[in-house]
Amino acid sequence: MSKHMTTLAVAGAFATALAAHGTDARAQAKEKCFGVALAGQNDCAAGPGTTCAGTSTVDFQGNAWKMVDAGTCLEIDLPDMADGSPREGALEPLKRDIPS
Amino acid sequence: MPHPPHDSLPHAPGVGYKPQHYGDIIADPAPVEWLEIHAENYMGDGGRPLAQLEHLARRFAISVHGVGLSIGGEAPLDRDHLARLRHLCDWLQPASFSEHLAWSTHEGAFLNDLLPLPYTNATLARVAAHIDDVQQTLGRQMLLENPSSYLAFDESTWAEPDFMHELALRTGCGLLLDVNNVFVSATNLGYEPRAYIDAYPLDLVGEIHVGGHDQDHDDHDAPLLIDSHGRVVVEPVWALLDDTLARGGRRPVLVEWDTDVPDWPVLAAEARRAATALQNVHSTPRSVPGTDRETA
Amino acid sequence: MTPPDQATLHRAITTPNLAPPGGLSDGHGRPAGRRFWVYRNNVAVSLREALRTGFPAVASLIGEQNFSTVARTYAQENPPDSPLLMLYGAGFPAFLDGFEPLAHIRYLGDVARLEHAMRRAYHAADSAAICSGTLRAIALKTLMDSSANLAPATTIVRSVWPVHAIRAYALDPSNPKPAATPQNVLITRPDFDPVATPLPAGGAEFVEALARGATFAEAHDQAAATASGFDPAFTLGLLLDGAAIASLNMKNGNY
Repeated sequence: MSKHMTTLAVAGAFATALAAHGTDARAQAKEKCFGVALAGQNDCAAGPGTTCAGTSTVDFQGNAWKMVDAGTCLEIDLPDMADGSPREGALEPLKRDIPS
Repeated sequence: MPHPPHDSLPHAPGVGYKPQHYGDIIADPAPVEWLEIHAENYMGDGGRPLAQLEHLARRFAISVHGVGLSIGGEAPLDRDHLARLRHLCDWLQPASFSEHLAWSTHEGAFLNDLLPLPYTNATLARVAAHIDDVQQTLGRQMLLENPSSYLAFDESTWAEPDFMHELALRTGCGLLLDVNNVFVSATNLGYEPRAYIDAYPLDLVGEIHVGGHDQDHDDHDAPLLIDSHGRVVVEPVWALLDDTLARGGRRPVLVEWDTDVPDWPVLAAEARRAATALQNVHSTPRSVPGTDRETA
Repeated sequence: MTPPDQATLHRAITTPNLAPPGGLSDGHGRPAGRRFWVYRNNVAVSLREALRTGFPAVASLIGEQNFSTVARTYAQENPPDSPLLMLYGAGFPAFLDGFEPLAHIRYLGDVARLEHAMRRAYHAADSAAICSGTLRAIALKTLMDSSANLAPATTIVRSVWPVHAIRAYALDPSNPKPAATPQNVLITRPDFDPVATPLPAGGAEFVEALARGATFAEAHDQAAATASGFDPAFTLGLLLDGAAIASLNMKNGNY
């Protein structure tokens, strides 16, 4: 692609993007969203905070790594990767009772 | 930051601020008149935490409560962290800054807990030097909070209230009295909480904390209370607050709730209980560091 | 007995199964015993919970108890190096990559990378954003020869896994099950909430080139070199919607 065509292609894309996106209503919405995360799952994006409290939740300290339960990934069933990389059990259920 | 100045915390109920309560607080904060934040949670570069804080500070007096300075640490204070504190205080101009008589950092590793120290002449000198350092760096008086204790150091030669008092005398810092911590420590170590309050220099107290604790037990089945801030304040702690206010006069009283944080109405109800305790007090202290002076 | 110094206390707090140091009592002259465990437990649980709060999708994927074990192990070996816990766990993705018992879940590290990047974006510095009206007023040719200053929250997370879909599914199983597509993810923060969006082929190269200071035309060429026929409209739209273009550097001055 020549330099000229590149410029045309990107300019066209820019024109498309500018036409379709970026209304300027954002400034008005901003004041309202101090307190509320837009999507529930983004609440966790804040991450952990500090504590000045103790806990009575007891941390059990096992020595051996032992899978005792499993999460969502048990249910994910994924075919071979599109790039051809094999599954190799990558998304298969967790192994259980792996010795440390 | 442009906002009406709040030079001091009102002699009224405050709560530890949690972002999930933002909407409730903006809509109707009563009876809460001031908020406390953990300094370390507002040391990011930007985003919602600082935007909320800026907004809240226009309306409420803010107490900045540090939990990570490691003032009781053997090592010199972390200069980077002190600089962050100074940056936050310069920007926010809070009504109060407080920290704990505890340590949390050793050789660069931060343990996220308030760890205990012995009360000796050596630790007294070290903590006093650290408080001097903080007050000089921040250019303001700080309040120092009494810890919750689960054990005692054999080497300690000072009683805790005397140790706190001496630190205040040497450094000019004010004190933060956590009456739940007094109750927890007194139960855990087997002394009378009212004797502790009697020995505490209430005229130097600029803020009072109450909070909930959990119950456990030690090797000998003796009660071991854990300062968990995860439930309502128990009646004996409210009674201790009543006694403290009756002796020392009104103070800013903070309800702390940090784990299993409830919906706003539950926290507001705790704050109302604190408001009742404050309303029952008629005397006024002669001089209170960093707080309102009432004229009534 | 030598009183315990903080090095001794620190070791006893952070080493599992080590006896409590001497010189500590219950207030009645008896050894502190399990009272000392309160501190050990506070540290272990609070750091574990900090990681759980910061990596909810990883926790969901491997289950709470497995997460507790791996998080405790990480925290023991990698305690926070500052009291700013909001970004604790920067090394957790690499730790997961190398954690043998979880080696068969090969995407786990990338999911953690995406979660940590979302957190960094949440706490990133605020930034002005150029609005589309301003851009429309600039001649397209001028725009093509301009470079962009991206907002600090703008981040790319690359993965050979469908990392965006895996995270979304882990956080809410009503989301579609991940399809077998590698996903490079763009994170922007239009206001206060980070937004993660999977990019088309070439999109990551385009944004990364812009981040390095390339002009829009150069960034397009670099993206097209990776993905022939690359159409920047979608990625540009994401950048505009995400308030990711803070300002422009034009040949004849900045905007």
